[in-house]
Amino acid sequence: MTPISLPRPILLLAVVALALFPLAASTFYVQLGAKIMILAIFALSLDLLVGHSGMISFGHAAYFGVAAYALALISPKYEAANLWLTLPAAMGVSALAALIIGFFVVRTTGVYFIMVTLAFAQMLYAVFHDTKAGGGSDGIYIYVRPELALAGWKPLDLENPTQFYYLALIFLIVVYVFLNRVLQATFGRALAGIRLNEQRMRSIGFPVFAYKLGAFVLAGALAGLAGYLAACQFGFVNPDILAWQQSGIVLMMVILGGMGRLHGAVLGAFSYVVLQEALSAPPLVGAYAKHWQLALGGLIVLIVLSLPRGIGGLLDGTLRRKNRPGEIP
Amino acid sequence: MFYLIQLLNAVQYGLLLFLLSSGLTLIFGILGVINLAHGSFYMIGAYLAYWLAKLTGNFWLAIPLAIAIAFAIGLVLEIALIRRLYRRDHLYQVLLTFGLILVFEELRSIFFGDEVHGVATPKLLDFSIPLTDTLSYPVYRLFVTVVCLAIAALLYWTIYKTRIGMMIRAGNSNREMAASLGINVPLLFTGVFAAGMALTALAGAIAAPISSVFPGMGNQILIICFVVVVIGGIGSINGALIASLAIGFADTLGKVIAAEYSAIAVYLVMALILLWRPQGIGNQA
Amino acid sequence: MSEAILQARNLCKRFGGLAAVDDVSLQIQTGALHAVIGPNGAGKTTLLNLLSGDLPASSGTISYAGRNVTSWAPEKRSRLGVGRSYQITNIFFDFTVLENCRLAAQSRAPRPFQWWRNAASNETDLRRARYALDAVGLAPRAADLARTLSHGEQRQLEIAVCLATEPRLLLLDEPLAGMGAEESKVMIDLIARLAENHAILLIEHDMDAVFQLAKTLTVMATGRVLAAGTPEAIRANREVQSAYLGALE
Repeated sequence: MTPISLPRPILLLAVVALALFPLAASTFYVQLGAKIMILAIFALSLDLLVGHSGMISFGHAAYFGVAAYALALISPKYEAANLWLTLPAAMGVSALAALIIGFFVVRTTGVYFIMVTLAFAQMLYAVFHDTKAGGGSDGIYIYVRPELALAGWKPLDLENPTQFYYLALIFLIVVYVFLNRVLQATFGRALAGIRLNEQRMRSIGFPVFAYKLGAFVLAGALAGLAGYLAACQFGFVNPDILAWQQSGIVLMMVILGGMGRLHGAVLGAFSYVVLQEALSAPPLVGAYAKHWQLALGGLIVLIVLSLPRGIGGLLDGTLRRKNRPGEIP
Repeated sequence: MFYLIQLLNAVQYGLLLFLLSSGLTLIFGILGVINLAHGSFYMIGAYLAYWLAKLTGNFWLAIPLAIAIAFAIGLVLEIALIRRLYRRDHLYQVLLTFGLILVFEELRSIFFGDEVHGVATPKLLDFSIPLTDTLSYPVYRLFVTVVCLAIAALLYWTIYKTRIGMMIRAGNSNREMAASLGINVPLLFTGVFAAGMALTALAGAIAAPISSVFPGMGNQILIICFVVVVIGGIGSINGALIASLAIGFADTLGKVIAAEYSAIAVYLVMALILLWRPQGIGNQA
Repeated sequence: MSEAILQARNLCKRFGGLAAVDDVSLQIQTGALHAVIGPNGAGKTTLLNLLSGDLPASSGTISYAGRNVTSWAPEKRSRLGVGRSYQITNIFFDFTVLENCRLAAQSRAPRPFQWWRNAASNETDLRRARYALDAVGLAPRAADLARTLSHGEQRQLEIAVCLATEPRLLLLDEPLAGMGAEESKVMIDLIARLAENHAILLIEHDMDAVFQLAKTLTVMATGRVLAAGTPEAIRANREVQSAYLGALE
């Protein structure tokens, strides 16, 4: 297994480009950019499971949605909540949900795992849709975005689209760097081994269940971060955020972008949003804009059949040569 | 008496689930493919029944037509797409069939719109059997129950008592060996897939008068089928039967006790099974 | 005579109606290599699976260093000092040779959930890994992908991964499988050296190797113990001769 990574100079270039983007773009595109970065965080969190640990979760939207609902439920109705308090709380709720559900699902593998992760996510969807817990199918509005205030100091005003964009960018960088470190640390190496050969890992003494559960909870917490930011941006939460379609879409982002490569998850998120915008733009497709998912579905089928390693996999050839020596392959 | 009605409903729902889940578990067990579009064929069957019944004015004509069309679609799908998935990772099977779900949902939206449509119960069976002074039970539901039972028996007999069934089981356990024995495995698999889809469509068609046709109906029931397969064990028909009935009862009981939480009850049963017997009821450890 | 580090008593493993392992007992001492031989299908690998924990026993007990490990999972037994190699090479094919052993050595680390420090910078793990590679003679191939090794080298890596966990008991399942004469000799020398300060249970078909290495033998057939004892006694045993050894003399 070769966790092929982008060389440092390219990563720095990408960060600089992202940082400069709002200066040249209109508000619409700045908001779109923030949306892409939030989905990228969501995709990165799933890549930890799918690409690196070999755990194909089809219910990851559950942890994305639970954090969004947590924010919506904790937020005061017409005031700004405090991000420093509500963000950790929301991520904590996601992590807890992942811990409880993980306890049941991590004991399965393969197709069973795919099915039970979907089933439990659907259970949470049923909770929020059928009961009054989260406002039912009507959802909850978040009228005022949380504020990043600490004893009067407010570095970023999140109501401002450009400043919200920078918040998303900071979190994306933090998550990317964090996962990069995790993957090459002992925890990440153990997950890599589990993905390749679970039986042998047990045989040499690794408590595989604990590692997999740990990965599941970590992925859940990071999905919660993405869900929190998504709720901030959109200002509205309803059960669709936990729907199985959402789980399918983020899985698609990870697979099509290229699994096991962090930049692949980001590429996948970017490609998906661009595709969505392109396929549903009335000037391009006319009356069929409403049915853009038809083209999306067809495209997915085509890509699965023709590109075995996803869009990110197209870069593998060049990247392999540029990988730094001494990196653990 | 009220409980008798609930019991009958539970059995009817359970058997319908069994019909659907046995298709899913067989296709997974034999072909090794996890097919998310399984639910879409349920929807296709239901919408075809709705449309053809309106077109021909005859529900009994609509059903075999719907099955035939679904079988044909299944054939095309297998030949064009599904057979390329047999050797691939489950991941890609999930993704490709997910793409198919999107396609089918949108096609449904384009051709039939997004409203809920009722399907008229065929006149022949559009009456109820009186149980008490005030309560009666719709005969059509009994009809659905009987049909599901009959098909289940047919399935069982085919798989375990016929030459074709033996070939299917042989193809399942060892493709190469089966091929060298002269069994045309690709043709067999095509047949199994198309038959599975036709069966699923049949379930959708006969259930249509009870459930109506609506967007997302296929996906909703697909997830319940997953729960059945998990509880019953992949590849196990016996397990699917027990699990389907269990879910039928859990769901009906849940609706009676606390309607808001009935959907959740089903998943709780699954959670318990995962703790007690993760390989499923019908399978060995 | 040192105390038996591994004791199996009346082990049975049933699959449906079939008893793959039927009332098998044996014991292994440190420094005294014990071999298990028998025709194909005798239940030798199943027995090994019971001892390593890869399969749960239907009945019987297994004690390791005085503790009852019968219901223990493989990872727990491994941490006590049980190491097991597989008949069909079961390494991490997509990792390098060094990474295979480094990961195995990492299993002994007291702080397993580290997330910041680069794993390759842990000197203790690297030392254990290199030691294991040196022992089997794979040090020159450390940076190569396991997939690119020859069959014999992969069998060596199979053992090295085991060694990197610093086990006290080695359960070796046909380590010589598919090896040529030269490679076999290297492997036999290795096992002989290991036998000096490890307890070893060896399953093998290569009779020369078995009689060269084993201090005691168990012969299995159809899941049961046919005979047990020293190599000389086994060689002389008529039943064993007719059932398995044939014209070996």
